[in-house]
Amino acid sequence: MQSETKSRVEQLTSPAGHPVSVLRFEGDIASTSKDAVLGSYQALPKATAKLILLDFTKVDYINSSGIALVIQLLIEASNSAQKVAAFGLSAHFTKVFTMVGITKYAGLFPTQAEALAGL
Amino acid sequence: MSETTMKGIKSTTVEVRLPSRMGFEKVAMSTAASVAKLMGFREDRVEDLKTAVAEACINAIEHGNRLNENLSVGVVLSAGKDSLEVKVIDDGKGMKDQPHKPDIDKKMHGEEDPRGMGMFLIQALVDEAEWVAGSEGKSSYVRLVIRLDKEAA
Repeated sequence: MQSETKSRVEQLTSPAGHPVSVLRFEGDIASTSKDAVLGSYQALPKATAKLILLDFTKVDYINSSGIALVIQLLIEASNSAQKVAAFGLSAHFTKVFTMVGITKYAGLFPTQAEALAGL
Repeated sequence: MSETTMKGIKSTTVEVRLPSRMGFEKVAMSTAASVAKLMGFREDRVEDLKTAVAEACINAIEHGNRLNENLSVGVVLSAGKDSLEVKVIDDGKGMKDQPHKPDIDKKMHGEEDPRGMGMFLIQALVDEAEWVAGSEGKSSYVRLVIRLDKEAA
């Protein structure tokens, strides 16, 4: 019933000239999304991938188990001195992420351009 | 059957039965959203309701019915004049814990499970939420109420 989570990685450069890894998600983010969320993040080289963007533009449904996966990603990123930001969340999920405190550890931006500038 | 408050809708009650399988919470979520839209709820309140109903169903499937596909989750939506009540019923013993606000610092430092936010989200997103343990450990339910006239945040 849950739509499979797809993820792909894209490499960009921030306005300041730093390399940025963008994880682009598509589908639902739920308990079944571990490989797509954590797996794709863990495949990034920790030594060089220091700036990470999470793209939720094509995500319609996120439940509490999916939010927990995002928090697990943030824990690992924090332990590896990586900076994470997210963009493309709907107004509702921006509110939900803010309610659970994620904004303390990851900036939320409306668009990719704003997120890149904010890193 | 109580008198209708929605144009063109003859009954104020809608019932859905879900299998205890993850993912089917989206059926209840979509149904609740449809009813709320017919009642005239604002889009942001419909989104609040969708998440609250989905989380209530996930708890019922996972914790109440323990993913036993021989058991179903009942979802009863009752549309009143100014509010929508949703009951999500399972065959568990009821939730023992009270909702608590997640502590992101504790989660980030491994002192709190990254999961366990469902009840908090339910309580935070609707106007009323109560968890009721069923008699003899069966037919427990969570009751949610969302009001039509809630001012924009």
